[in-house]
Order: sequence, then structure tokens, then C-alpha cells
Amino acid sequence: MPEMTYRDALNLALKEEMRRDPSIVVWGEDVALYEGSFKVSRGLLAEFGEERVLDTPISENTIIGVAVGAAMGGLRPVAELMTVNFALLAMDQIIDHMTKIRYMFGGQVNLPMVIRAPGGGGSQLAAQHSQSLETYFMHAPGMRVAYPATPADAKGLLKTAIRDNNPVMFLEHELLYNSKGEVPDDPESLVPFGKCDVKRSGTDITIVAYARMTILALQAAEELAKENISCEVVDLRTLAPLDAETFVASVKKTGRAVVVEECWKTCGLGGEIATRIYDGCFDSLRAPVRRVSGLDVPMPYSRKLEKLCIPQVADIVAVVKETMAAKY
Amino acid sequence: MPEEIIGSCAVKRLNILDPQGNADENLLPPLNGQDIRRLYELLVLSRTFDGRALALQREGRLGTYPSILGQEAAQVGSAFALEKSDWVFPSFREMGMHITLGYPMHLLYQYWAGDERGLATPTGLNILPICVAVGTHIPHAVGAAMAASYRGDRNAVVCYFGDGATSKGDFHEGLNMAGVFRAPVVFICQNNQWAISVPFDRQTAAPSLAQKAWGYGFEGIQVDGNDIFAVYRATRTALEKARNGGGPTFIECHTYRIADHTTADDASRYRPPEEVADWREKDPILRLRRFMTQRHLWDEAYERHVQEEATAAVDEAVHRAESAPKPAATEIFDYTNAELSPRQQRQRKEVG
Ligand SMILES: Cc1ncc(C[n+]2csc(CCOP(=O)(O)OP(=O)(O)O)c2C)c(N)n1
Ligand SMILES: [Mg+2]
Repeated sequence: MPEMTYRDALNLALKEEMRRDPSIVVWGEDVALYEGSFKVSRGLLAEFGEERVLDTPISENTIIGVAVGAAMGGLRPVAELMTVNFALLAMDQIIDHMTKIRYMFGGQVNLPMVIRAPGGGGSQLAAQHSQSLETYFMHAPGMRVAYPATPADAKGLLKTAIRDNNPVMFLEHELLYNSKGEVPDDPESLVPFGKCDVKRSGTDITIVAYARMTILALQAAEELAKENISCEVVDLRTLAPLDAETFVASVKKTGRAVVVEECWKTCGLGGEIATRIYDGCFDSLRAPVRRVSGLDVPMPYSRKLEKLCIPQVADIVAVVKETMAAKY
Repeated sequence: MPEEIIGSCAVKRLNILDPQGNADENLLPPLNGQDIRRLYELLVLSRTFDGRALALQREGRLGTYPSILGQEAAQVGSAFALEKSDWVFPSFREMGMHITLGYPMHLLYQYWAGDERGLATPTGLNILPICVAVGTHIPHAVGAAMAASYRGDRNAVVCYFGDGATSKGDFHEGLNMAGVFRAPVVFICQNNQWAISVPFDRQTAAPSLAQKAWGYGFEGIQVDGNDIFAVYRATRTALEKARNGGGPTFIECHTYRIADHTTADDASRYRPPEEVADWREKDPILRLRRFMTQRHLWDEAYERHVQEEATAAVDEAVHRAESAPKPAATEIFDYTNAELSPRQQRQRKEVG
């Protein structure tokens, strides 16, 4: 398998899918000539032309709105939001239309569209450009949310998202674009939605994470292994549908769980996951489920303060150790 | 250096048929006697449908309902210019359009009674679900039009909304994008002077809505919205332009909401009765009848016949709507997603 970056894996997924299906179009701000603010659409304009790769005016709500209309009209649009932060401008179209039209139309139309949105914190972009809004999208019925951690998953999940007949919110972590990994080059190698991936097996404790938090969890597991704590790291991969079965099975085995979420703690997705664990295997638990979360403040600009607000490897290590030490 | 004028916007208004029923012969669209009678029958049918809806609501047989009284020409006239294959993105006050395009009236009653199966458009018609959120469907229409031009379809797209919707971001962003990409879309605004209790001059400081199109780089026109010939002619011209790659058009139908905003409203609390009386004089059906009388297309016997037919059709539609079998409660899950999540599957079982 060739090794490539998360960015290139996404780019390859777009190219392969666009070659396969002429109804796929890519619309967004600076996606064509500029090739995307994170260069994920590199080479698309050159290969597929202006007909399919379109720079739009700065109108987030309407970029999503026209994608909804075009999906009803028989295309499979991939709309790029420059960053997930600007999804807030488009929440009406995302929540009230994209996820509801199939329902309100009695199933007469599908909305095979994808919103690609880079996001997450850690680049010193301050309060309005560093958000982790994943929980907002998971809350809406009818939405699918993918958030890959590795280049292989990035490629396989994006291809699945594009082929899916449901609207998909496809989140990408800005700090992962340069990360490298092996990626299958078979254009038919897809990663299914609603299936967690056990990225490391272990016996003492389960760490449930997603996207960049999975990478941090794996680093924490490595450190903890030196202290003879064996962590199982479960990567959610898709936040909706949520594969509770896999992480519940893992916790049944280990008896302990820590959830790592980059988003704000209050009403964050970690609460949902903890509940699923309590519902699914309360009797197997040997300690309460703990959460390592973003702090409940707008993201500070200062590098040091920003670090304080986003879960770090050391935070995960500390909470895992506390959970291991807990006696009930 | 002196200032120079780099652009100026002329706002056109089209009026063909005056309230007395006199028409400008040069502007009359090419409609024969049969077409004109058909238009009249559709106007009467729309008004009959609407009056019955209000009565059913008072009896508790329909939910909250927005009357189209006084706006029938704007709806029937524009829809009459459409082809069945065209795509229509309606708001919530265009039942005259539905009826003109042959959307079954019993489905409309079903919908307004709270049965969402009423939005299941029969095959062969491309009428999208009624959009109650003000103006949010404008981007959808633009996107569908962009898709049509990418696919090389000959279909045009029509989007209906009210004067209130023109204050929405969706309107400005949507029309801007339609202009940029020359999307084959016709925007039809029913400027009925009111958005619930808010009058036209609180939506905009501009003297017309039509002129807004100029700012987005395409043509806008105001038509007398109670003049069915003007509405028809403007829509036809705009559709031809859209089909021939000429891009979007904005049509402002200058009309009036004679009724309350909905059955949950009492408009007498916020607007003078003289204003309503004034507009009743400009009634769209009355003026077409006067025109037809001049041309010997109308007499009492014909009127009786048209009224009887309309009443019978509405009776039948009400009967069909009310005898539709009840849906199963579990159907609320059926269309949330192409596949249900395990949790949704469990919830569905609990409901059933
Ligand atoms: C986004 C949104 N804001 C507010 C409302 C509540 N609302 C329903 S109809 C209406 C007035 C609409 O006025 P207009 O666009 O002129 O249409 P009309 O009712 O006159 O046909 C309002 C404010 C809504 N449905 N959606
Ligand atoms: Mg209005």
C-alpha cells in the first residue's frame, strides 16, 4: 500500500469518485483556482473543468442550499465549507433542509450530498476559527457525520460518503492534513459507515475517541503501556451512525472506559457515549466512565492557553490512571 | 474629475388588463377563447378551494390555513405559463399554482389537515414540498436550476415567495448566486403588501422589489399581480429566456392579501378596512369576467356552470381527503434516512 498524507488521501478519493461518476460536482469558496483553503481540491479544476469544480460567492447558507437543490435535481454535490466554523452560517440549510427534505417529501427524493468541512483547534486561530462543532451535527436525525483519524479512513470514508444516498457531514481535522499513513490504492476499497475501528487492542481499559483525539489516545496508550496499563483504543470513525455495539463490547471486556472529545464538555458527544456505555454494560463496569474534553470556554488565541483548552496526551494519561486506580 | 454615471436602473411595470376589464390589445398574450375560459375556470376553482378551506378550518377539519384570496391571478397566471416538466419550488400561499398544474386538490386538503402524505407529488409533476420557512427554498431553486443546466435539461425552475421573504439572507444570497451562474430560474414574488402584520415599507426602503434584481445583474419586472394577462405574459417571457440560456428573471406581482395572514390571525387589528375595500375593487376574477363579457366569452349560464363544476370538484376533493386511510404511527420513521440507525429501529419498534 502506498503511503500518503490525509490531505492527499482525501484528494485521491475525490478524483477517483469524480472519474467514476459525472454527476459529482465540487462547489465552494476558493475550491477551484485556489484548490481549496487546505488544498484538498488540488488538481480538480484542471482535470474536471469549470463545469464541475466551481468557485462560489461567499454565501455559506446558499452554498449548502444550492447543493440541496442540485441534489434534488439529480447531482451528487460535494460542497466545501472553508472551515466548519462557517457551518454556523448554514445551520438553517443543514439542519432544517438538508436533513429533513427526504422526510418531508415522503421519501420521494434522496439527497446524495456531502459537506466537507475542515475544523478542530490547535492552529492558533482563536475563538471563531477553532471550533469543534461535531456534536451539533450528530444531534439532528437524518444526518450522517464522518470524522476520520487516519489517511486510510479519510479516503475510504469520503468515498462512502459520496456514494451514500443520505446527506453526509464530512469533517476533517486541520491538524491531520499532513499526517501520513498507508492507504489502499484499490478504488473500490471503501470504509463503511457505522463501524468503529479498534485501532489498538488492550485488556485493562477502553479509550473511545475520534479524529485527532484518536491519534492522541494512541500516543497515550503507548505511554501507558510502559507502565503496564493495556489500553484498547476504539476509533468511532462515524459519529452518526454511532456504532455503540463495538465500544460497548470493548468495555464489557475491559470493564473501564475513558471518552476523549475535542468539543466543549457540556452536552458534548462524550456524554452520549458514556450513556450508551451505561445502558449497554453497566454491570461490567469497574469504575465510572470518565471524559476528557475541551474546556467550556471560547478558544483563546494564545498558544499556551489554547493547549490548555484542548485535550492533550498527558490529560488522557492522567485520567486513564485515575480510572485504573478507582476502587468501587 | 466630475462624477459620471456608471449605471442606472429603469424599473418596468407591466399592466395589460385594467380593473374595468379593458385590455391593451398590443400586449395581450396569444390566448384563444378556450384558453381564456380555462384561466377563468382555474381562478374560480382556486377561489372555491380556498373558501372551502377556510370553512373547514372553522369546523376544525383543517389546521391553520393561509388564504390566497385576492392573489389568484398571480398564481394561476404564472403557473399557466409553465410546462409540466418544469420544477416549482413553492412557499405556502400558492395553492392556485398547484391547482393550475393539476396537483390533486384532495392532497392539498390532506396536507393542510396535517397529513404530510399530501406533499407526495404525483409522478409527472415536479412540485417540491411547500416551504413554510420563509425564503429558505430560494437557494434550493437556484441549485436545481444549476443542476438542470449542468445536465443539459430543458427544464426551467420557478420559485415562489412573498414580499417578506425578500428581506431574508437566502433571498439576497440566492439571487446573487443565480445571477453569477446565470441559472435558468424565474423568481416569482407575490408582493401582497403584508408579511403577517408588517407592511411593505418595513421590509424595504426601495420603492419596488423588482429593482432589486438589477443589483444581482439580471432583469426584474413589476407586474400588476391582479392582471392575469400581465402575469402570464411576464412569466412566459422569463421562462423562454431561462430555457434559452438567458439566465434568471425576477417578477414582482403587485397584489394584495385580502384575507387574514392565516386562520390564526385577525388582520383588522393592524390594517384599515378602507385599504382592503380599495383592493377588492381590483379583484382579479372580476376584471377577467368584465373582459370576457366584452368578448362574449361570459354569461350567466356559463357562470352557473363554472361555479357548479368548481363546487363539485371541491366536494369530491374534501371527500377523498377525509376518507384517506390513516397512516401507521411508525411511518414517522420511514423517511428520516435511507437506512435507519439501530437506535431509530428500536424507537420505531416502541412506537409500533
Ligand atoms: C424563517 C422564518 N421566519 C419567520 C417565519 C414566520 N412567518 C411565517 S409567514 C411570515 C410572513 C411572510 O410574509 P411574506 O413573505 O410576505 O408572505 P405572505 O405570508 O404575505 O404570503 C412569517 C414572518 C417563518 N415561517 N420562517
Ligand atoms: Mg406578503
